[in-house]
Amino acid sequence: MLEIKNLHARIAEDGTEIIRGLNLSVKAGEVAAIMGPNGSGKSTLSYILAGREDYEVTDGDILYNGESILELDPSERAAKGIFLAFQYPVEIPGVATMQFLKVAMNEQRKARGEAELSTPDFMRRVKEASAELKIAPEMLRRPLNVGFSGGEKKRAEILQMSLLEPKLCVLDETDSGLDIDALKIVADGVNALRSPDRAVVVITHYQRLLDYIVPDSVHVLYRGQVIKSGDKTLAHELEAKGYADIIGAAA
Amino acid sequence: MNMQTGKTLSVAEAALCEAYDHAVGDLPGDSAVLIARDGLISDFKAAGLPTRRIEAWHYTDLKALLRSVPDVAPAASADAVAPLVAGSAVLSVANGVAARAASAAGATVRTFAEALADGTAAAGLTARDGDDAIGRLNGAFVRDGFVLDLPEGTEPDAPIELQAVQNGGQTHVRFQAGIGAGVRATVIERHLATGEEAAFATALSELTLADGADVTWVIQQAKGVSDTHLGQIRVRLGTDAQLRLYVVNAGGRLVRQEIHVEVAGEGSDLKLRGINLLGGETHNDVTFTVGHDVPNTTSTEVLRNVVFDRARGVFQGQIRVAPDAQKTDAKMSCNTLLLSDEADFSAKPELEIFADDVQCGHGATVIDIDHTQLFYLMARGIPENKARAMLVNAFVAEIVEELEDEPLVEALEGVIGAWLDKHA
Repeated sequence: MLEIKNLHARIAEDGTEIIRGLNLSVKAGEVAAIMGPNGSGKSTLSYILAGREDYEVTDGDILYNGESILELDPSERAAKGIFLAFQYPVEIPGVATMQFLKVAMNEQRKARGEAELSTPDFMRRVKEASAELKIAPEMLRRPLNVGFSGGEKKRAEILQMSLLEPKLCVLDETDSGLDIDALKIVADGVNALRSPDRAVVVITHYQRLLDYIVPDSVHVLYRGQVIKSGDKTLAHELEAKGYADIIGAAA
Repeated sequence: MNMQTGKTLSVAEAALCEAYDHAVGDLPGDSAVLIARDGLISDFKAAGLPTRRIEAWHYTDLKALLRSVPDVAPAASADAVAPLVAGSAVLSVANGVAARAASAAGATVRTFAEALADGTAAAGLTARDGDDAIGRLNGAFVRDGFVLDLPEGTEPDAPIELQAVQNGGQTHVRFQAGIGAGVRATVIERHLATGEEAAFATALSELTLADGADVTWVIQQAKGVSDTHLGQIRVRLGTDAQLRLYVVNAGGRLVRQEIHVEVAGEGSDLKLRGINLLGGETHNDVTFTVGHDVPNTTSTEVLRNVVFDRARGVFQGQIRVAPDAQKTDAKMSCNTLLLSDEADFSAKPELEIFADDVQCGHGATVIDIDHTQLFYLMARGIPENKARAMLVNAFVAEIVEELEDEPLVEALEGVIGAWLDKHA
């Protein structure tokens, strides 16, 4: 479903290279965890997948279902089913959360040539999905992400993901800033979306989240490259020994 | 005579003087009105249109910007339109002439032409000071409008809409509203254009809030791309009076809206909120003065400006605090979203504080679309143009939502949304 080939990318503004020949392949139905120390390029990779303009791909390619997505803008990628759950969801005063959800769902449907949702249908879907994630209706009446606690913001991201039903979910440090209860709720939300035709890329610094979202594959990112891949036991190994051994072995 | 004053009249100045000579015989009013009109036009002839050398007009050089004025009489008729808020009582002024009405939503109503004829209007035909070009022109030329009276004890059962629709030509309209003690009312003043002909308008409103009156007053200006609109509202607030004054400019080629507020009663509160949606070649000037003349009063002024294309915006805000107006609390902010390299906005705050125990502040910001917010919306599948429109809308919607009046909020959101659909 996702194939990243020899990807090189830099910060557009100052030319700093962050991703240096990254290769990664994720199949439909797979949950892949990307781990790595700070500054290894994890968040940059998530932004590049979503199409953020601040980064420039200088070499290599990203194929999604066999097609390059490098020329697509973020909204076109989203309409094709790519979803990024942000590490830091953005506050937008003046945009009501419900209005945002409705516009996003309907714009994606429009781009795919589907009919818009009726208001009752939309309301029903939001009500069901937010109940699953223990999101109070009051929260949805606020402007988008404004005044949300860290945990509320992360739950709101997962709510958007479950409503938009993407095919490729990229979770960028979704566990950061969550207490254990919130972590369980978020993990349950992600696990509910696991399906044979959907891939999930979990980017995380710690192994903790992977106790709840158990990955099929684990990849270690260091200095913009995947330096080691393995199954879920690799995550435990990292937790026990730290990154130093693997980095040392790869160097 | 030009030679006597030593001044050369511009084309527009000459056209206005000539228009007065043609129109004066036909304008309504008793002899006191005629004397007032003649005095104002003679002051206008002497001073001419204001230039940038006049402080209050520094960013809007009317003499340079106003190249010509159309003939007095609009060529084609203008029809009333549906009110901004459904169910409002509409008082309609078509091409500067008011449709007769005796009452509206509980208010007693007369036309301003009647007030001019019966001698009650002459005293109001004044300029505020030597630089008040709008007061002069409106006083000299005013033909009609409405006088609205909501005495103590009235309970208006609907918003009142003062609707001026113009189809080219010149119109000079005046509204007067006296809001009695304790009366709660919503008044919507609209200045709209129909047809393609260039139009020139002056519009002057005089609003008095008696003790404890609680009023929402909205001025919506949506003139055409070649129109000139010179508006002014003069306000006086009594003790414990509350006024929410919303000014929404979304149209016109050359626009100046002046707001002059006298805070004359203790405990009163003014909330001025301005939304300026500027595109194309528009030059739009909002000039505000407030005088806090008594102790314990508050005012907040929040302006949100959105500037596209080659449009140019101006905000001048002056807060004066009299020596004995202790405990005044006044805050002014002017935030601008500049959306093109050729767009331009000038903001000038002026604080004149003569009391020592007051809180007064002002701030101005100029920003572009926040790219992180734009990316976030697009990452959820919202196309760029739609995402931009949402963010621009969010920038101005915040202050509309402060109005806790659902139908009015929806109506203003509709005005903003329709404008953004055309310009964003």
